[in-house]
Amino acid sequence: MLDQAEGYTTADGRKIGAVVMEMKNITLRFGGVEAIKDISFDIREGEIRAIIGPNGAGKSSMLNVISGFYVPQDGEVFYKGMPRPPMKPYQVARQGIARTFQNIALFEGMSVLDNVMTGRLTHMKTGLFAQSFWKGKAEAEETENREVAEKIIDFLEIQAIRKTPVSRLPYGLKKRVELARALAAEPSLLLLDEPMAGMNVEEKEDMSRFILDVNDEFGTTIALIEHDMGVVMDLSDRVVVMDYGKKIGDGTPDEVRGNQAVVDAYLGVAHD
Amino acid sequence: MGVGGLVSIPALLHRNATEFGSAPAYREKEFGIWQSWTWAETREEIEALALGLLDLGLAEGDFVAVIGRNRPHLYWSMMAVQMCGAIPVPLYQDAAAEEMAYTLGHCGARFVIAGDQEQVDKVIEVQGELPDFEQIIYLDPRGLRKYDHSKLHQYSHVQEAGRAKRDELSPEMARRIAKLDYDSTCVMLYTSGTTGKPKGVVLSNRNVIETSKSSSEFDGLRQSDDILAYLPMAWVGDFIFSVGQALWTGFCTNCPESAETMHMNLREIGPTYYFAPPRVFENQLTNVMIRMEDASRFKQRMFHYFMGHARKVGPAILDGKSVGLMDRLKYALGELMVYGPLKNTLGFSRVRVGYTAGEAIGPEIFDFYRSMGINLKQLYGQTEATVFITAQPDGEVRSDTVGVKCPGVELKIAENGEVFYRSPGVFVEYYKNAESTADTKDSEGWVATGDAGFIEVDTGHLRIIDRAKDVGQMASGALFAPKYVENKLKFFPNILEAVVFGSGREECTAFINIDLTAVGNWAERNNIGYASYQELAQHPQVLSTITAHVEEVNTSVAEDEMLSSCQVHRFVVLHKQLDADDGELTRTQKVRRRIIEEKYGDIIAALYDGSSEISTTTEVTYEDGRKGSISATLIICDAKVVPVQTKMAAE
Repeated sequence: MLDQAEGYTTADGRKIGAVVMEMKNITLRFGGVEAIKDISFDIREGEIRAIIGPNGAGKSSMLNVISGFYVPQDGEVFYKGMPRPPMKPYQVARQGIARTFQNIALFEGMSVLDNVMTGRLTHMKTGLFAQSFWKGKAEAEETENREVAEKIIDFLEIQAIRKTPVSRLPYGLKKRVELARALAAEPSLLLLDEPMAGMNVEEKEDMSRFILDVNDEFGTTIALIEHDMGVVMDLSDRVVVMDYGKKIGDGTPDEVRGNQAVVDAYLGVAHD
Repeated sequence: MGVGGLVSIPALLHRNATEFGSAPAYREKEFGIWQSWTWAETREEIEALALGLLDLGLAEGDFVAVIGRNRPHLYWSMMAVQMCGAIPVPLYQDAAAEEMAYTLGHCGARFVIAGDQEQVDKVIEVQGELPDFEQIIYLDPRGLRKYDHSKLHQYSHVQEAGRAKRDELSPEMARRIAKLDYDSTCVMLYTSGTTGKPKGVVLSNRNVIETSKSSSEFDGLRQSDDILAYLPMAWVGDFIFSVGQALWTGFCTNCPESAETMHMNLREIGPTYYFAPPRVFENQLTNVMIRMEDASRFKQRMFHYFMGHARKVGPAILDGKSVGLMDRLKYALGELMVYGPLKNTLGFSRVRVGYTAGEAIGPEIFDFYRSMGINLKQLYGQTEATVFITAQPDGEVRSDTVGVKCPGVELKIAENGEVFYRSPGVFVEYYKNAESTADTKDSEGWVATGDAGFIEVDTGHLRIIDRAKDVGQMASGALFAPKYVENKLKFFPNILEAVVFGSGREECTAFINIDLTAVGNWAERNNIGYASYQELAQHPQVLSTITAHVEEVNTSVAEDEMLSSCQVHRFVVLHKQLDADDGELTRTQKVRRRIIEEKYGDIIAALYDGSSEISTTTEVTYEDGRKGSISATLIICDAKVVPVQTKMAAE
């Protein structure tokens, strides 16, 4: 269906490039439990790729495999054409992968700006000594990184809370700050773990707009897990559907919507 | 003739760029830092855009709509349009697409300069209804990358194109600027439309420059002043403050980072000349009071002690009257401990001239600011007068008048009480509406304000009672002035909005909107749980508080002989906030009586038929234009009224 090297063009005319990340026959076990069973799919450059499925389907485990946090027992992960060895989180970050978390993981006592600045850490090179005294290179470096952080604050429209401690923010805004921190790393692949969980309709609309804008403006490849089917179908270019650790569907939102296995998984079928 | 050849906005810009070239002209906070442009830089930016607009084919006499939040680039675009001999038409940025379709269609704008994607989307949505529309120039490219660019141009690209063709196009631009004179059109502003469709008010260079000159002199505005531009660009006041007076005096216009950061930015800039509608001052005072309740007991006592002292002597000190030495010392201590830090927090440390207008302001609110040493004054004006009709001179400030007539203004009061004026600021015409022009402005240049009022004999101050057409008669023949009562109600922090009915009826009734900030805070403090605005509005304790407020107002209304029949007998607290999106308020937050009467006819009927409650369903419009509905059962409350004197005499 897809040309392996060339990619494809979406309905709204965006060019989707070559494969950035490929999962080949991934199986992940926790003791005797098989969380992921022999799953293969790929993520292409510039696309918004969603992973959906009912509770306990193994979506978050899949995202953790993509992010390199879990190492699968079987199967291989290829990132930009190279097989990926087990890595430390900072090594993953340096590869240009950033993520947000299902349960917000921000530094609650720090301001929004400081949280966003932590996203820049992989881009800072001066040592502890220089940074402590904030002289010469360290100063220039901070200015440079602050500029990037400010552009993202502007982009996500959180100027008004720049100096507010994260602990004082409502949930929806915290989610946005987390996205800001991930974007500050200037990732080439952005992983979003349930970016709309627990949001009201208006917050979901805002978040959807930001996700589309990020993809459009920065050309960031986005892989996201989401519960809300409506949101997923509107946002993503291609969707992987999981159920009980298995892949039961893969394709454009329309293809997936017409897939009987997917309908059954979501609506439930009578068991014998 | 103009003053020293300064007969147009481009001429003033040229003077400023030459005389104060290196002084700051515009600032805007972006990416967390205040970016600044000098007058010389500003001229270069504007010229580049003007040349780019010429390149795109902007013709003399064209109308160019400007839509967006307050940003230097959008102010510049208005001036660039003027340089091309065309006419800028700033529009309300929060208007829905259909409202915009009317104004865009009415002026036949070929070009639209839009701030961001949201505004571009609205114009594109209605372009089918706009035969004259050709091009959009947008400022913020975000989200617009994928759009079809056959009709879209990025602001900076237009400027680049202009700069590239400077040599070729400059002579044409110079020729067009030279043609501008005192009677050419400077700007067209749409009225907010309290009744019916908005009207396009055409203002000439004479209107704008004469008014800016006399008002700047009246208040001694200086080139070193700073203002914060945060009110809608489509509003005449913003045009006069941020363009007219800014160019006349050469002071600096500061634009906030976003609407939400306005208060923070206000504090950072510390404007010396500041304007805000009463609502803004009310909200700030409410916030101060709420935060004081959370302060430590020591701070609370200190605050109340010194504020009490300030109320006693502050206004007198501000007016330069003599005050005892002890009082003066105590006030100085208060300044150090309370007023100074509080003014700093509010962003008013440097305010030398502050104005409020548009609605009546509560005396307590007004006095609060003045007692702290903030020179807050009132003015009275309208779009048709290029703002200024009357204003309060320093030293003659009171909360119940709107001041004396501005320099060059003549006033007269008609027999029915309506206020008329004549001044150099009187508008040229309503665009494409000769009939309304003739109705409003007579052949001698007198303009009807539509407001009823009177001039105090001994002071010369004007006092406004109400909208002339809202002033009516009750069934008994007594005078009915709803606004007078509504204002008194709105002075309570718990009441955000009130609408009083009673024209042609036996007695007055009212709709009341609670202020969610104040009432919500009270509920939290008293452990009163509520799930929605609607539930809080109908809470028995809230209703009894509001009843007490209404009864207090009744007592005060009863003291006025002319208006004592306007006491509120029965009222409801509404289940939703009156909203401009639903057409119940104008975009400048004024009540649209007729629409409310129509929409809530069932509730009004219930107010007069003696029922104790009413079930109703109301349609609401969301910000994006979609509609929904809410239903509620509202309790109708009775309020005690003071017996009217005439009745007593009869008994």
